[in-house]
Amino acid sequence: MQMTSPVREPLVLRQIHDKNRKTTMHDVTNDICRQVEAAPNVRWLAALGISLIVLAYGSYTLYRTWFFGIGEWGLNKTVGWAWDITNFVWWVGIGHAGTLISAVLLLFRQKWRASINRSAEAMTIFAVLCAGSFILMHMGRPWLAHWALPLPNTYGSLWVNFNSPLVWDVFAISTYLTVSAVFWYVGLIPDLATIRERATNPISKFVYGILSFGWDGSTKTWARYEMVALVLAGLSTPLVLSVHTIVSFDFATSVIPGWHTTIFPPYFVAGAIFSGFAMVLTLMLITRYVFKLEPYITLTHIESMNKIILVTGSIVGIAYITEFFIAWYSGVPYEQYAFINRMFGPYWWAYWAMMSCNVISPQFFWFKAMRRNIYATFALSIVVNIGMWFERFVIIVTSLHRDYLPSSWVMFWPTYVDIGDYLFSFGFFFTCFFLFAKFLPVINMAEVKTILASSDEDASTYYAEEEKQSKESAH
Amino acid sequence: MGKKEKQEFLVGVFDNEGKLISAIDTLRAKGLKIHDVYTPYPVHDLDVHLGFKRTRLARAAFLFGITGTTLAITMQSYMLGFAWPMIIGGKDHIAVPDFVPVTFELTVLCASLGMVATFLISNGLGPGKKALMFDPRSTDDKYVMAIDLGKNSKFTKEEIEKMLLDNGVSEQPKTKEV
Repeated sequence: MQMTSPVREPLVLRQIHDKNRKTTMHDVTNDICRQVEAAPNVRWLAALGISLIVLAYGSYTLYRTWFFGIGEWGLNKTVGWAWDITNFVWWVGIGHAGTLISAVLLLFRQKWRASINRSAEAMTIFAVLCAGSFILMHMGRPWLAHWALPLPNTYGSLWVNFNSPLVWDVFAISTYLTVSAVFWYVGLIPDLATIRERATNPISKFVYGILSFGWDGSTKTWARYEMVALVLAGLSTPLVLSVHTIVSFDFATSVIPGWHTTIFPPYFVAGAIFSGFAMVLTLMLITRYVFKLEPYITLTHIESMNKIILVTGSIVGIAYITEFFIAWYSGVPYEQYAFINRMFGPYWWAYWAMMSCNVISPQFFWFKAMRRNIYATFALSIVVNIGMWFERFVIIVTSLHRDYLPSSWVMFWPTYVDIGDYLFSFGFFFTCFFLFAKFLPVINMAEVKTILASSDEDASTYYAEEEKQSKESAH
Repeated sequence: MGKKEKQEFLVGVFDNEGKLISAIDTLRAKGLKIHDVYTPYPVHDLDVHLGFKRTRLARAAFLFGITGTTLAITMQSYMLGFAWPMIIGGKDHIAVPDFVPVTFELTVLCASLGMVATFLISNGLGPGKKALMFDPRSTDDKYVMAIDLGKNSKFTKEEIEKMLLDNGVSEQPKTKEV
């Protein structure tokens, strides 16, 4: 029997306007720098304008939160964590895809990451900032935020409690934000140098000159750059897994039925990758369309990401079922009640929204036609993030609202300030993303050029040669 | 300080990675000293072909990492064990398993920041630093080789130029004074 392995689909396609011409390195530079160098267009201004309006409204409710206190929210004595922590966990989860793409996929030598890592990392940074903003809001007195750090103080040096997962969270989130930002910026430097060398306008030449740190692309610089990228990837891989693990400890180390679960760390990490990839897809599909990046972000990229969504979505589904099984199997009536209440209690709609969006919807990606359909992918990427928001809401609110004492049983309903604070994070996230997309290169040009160089003539001659040999041996 | 004496460089531009690598090997075999090569992306093993030493950045990262580990363990043990000992949840004052997350995070933080700082300093990179560009196209799609004429006194400029032309440069080599 003879088997010829199919040639892998190319990661960079031919030019859109001239299908006969292969994309060259110069095309990469032109295509990616174009939107940085062009004057802002109407669509971009409109998108930025809408984000700024949402941000302005959110800033108003944020002002009310900080000025009048978190009594402005729908919280009560029983439900002390609700939208704020739901939003926090949701945003941290979204912030997992960037580092996963740039670090884990680098270690696994997945070359398709090259054209999506830059914007995924940017998204990570903005999402983690949004997550952090909910912690600051939840503090009620954000001007005392430094109390979360182990700083010498006037209370006889009363330190933070290192036994508390909330303190672990402070370290995990701030380390994650710092390392992701540094990783992202180091990767940006060579591309900023490209823009600097092309700049004709003295202001951009000056600004990109400062931002590019005097990068010249010499051999030693690149050799060290590759080492930095490799070691940072090695460090970020356990880091990205640790962050959501520690976030899940906020719940798992407590004694609340529905939270006190050992499955939480892997389940939260899978959920984070799931929602993060969905958000990357939502943003990438828009960016790809607006900036005409079809040769670089191909259907193969979209399909690969959809496969990861399918895997992580199914892991999340198994985790939900395992939680249920263990609640029943434990024989603890409180635990059993918490889960029955999730399913059929007053918040049944949140539970079933979570189940249908997170467990059922990704199953469509078993079909190749769905994985390669842009419209289906776009719709499902939004559905997944709705589902992941409900997951956190279900875990947090339905576990709290039925306290041990039936006299403490209450419902939580958000106020307009809760909703406004959530809108604030959206306004902030999209404002940052649109500014990034306009002023910085959305695709890592240097890495895409690496792919071009390795896949160009050498690869095609190699494949042609291989095919010829296999045909000869068949005879 | 007196003005630095100008150095004269011969700049060869290549448009193909393969030609660049074989040119480097041939030119170095002939005894030519190559100052540096500037590329638009990291070309694998270019440093090996040029005979540069392997970077030791990973060792620096390791040292920064263990500094972070030590710092984290010392800080947590001192604060909870000695400065203000409290019983929390019936645990020891120095509850080692509870110190693992913060220790891990600080290890990663110190290793990453330390390594990136070392990277920037060793390359002389930083905000406001000016790049020495022999040809701006080396950030686009060309591979640029710079040869310091002062350090290659056994060849004349014309000889080096001919060597470059024989070994696949895509255009006439230029002279640049720095």
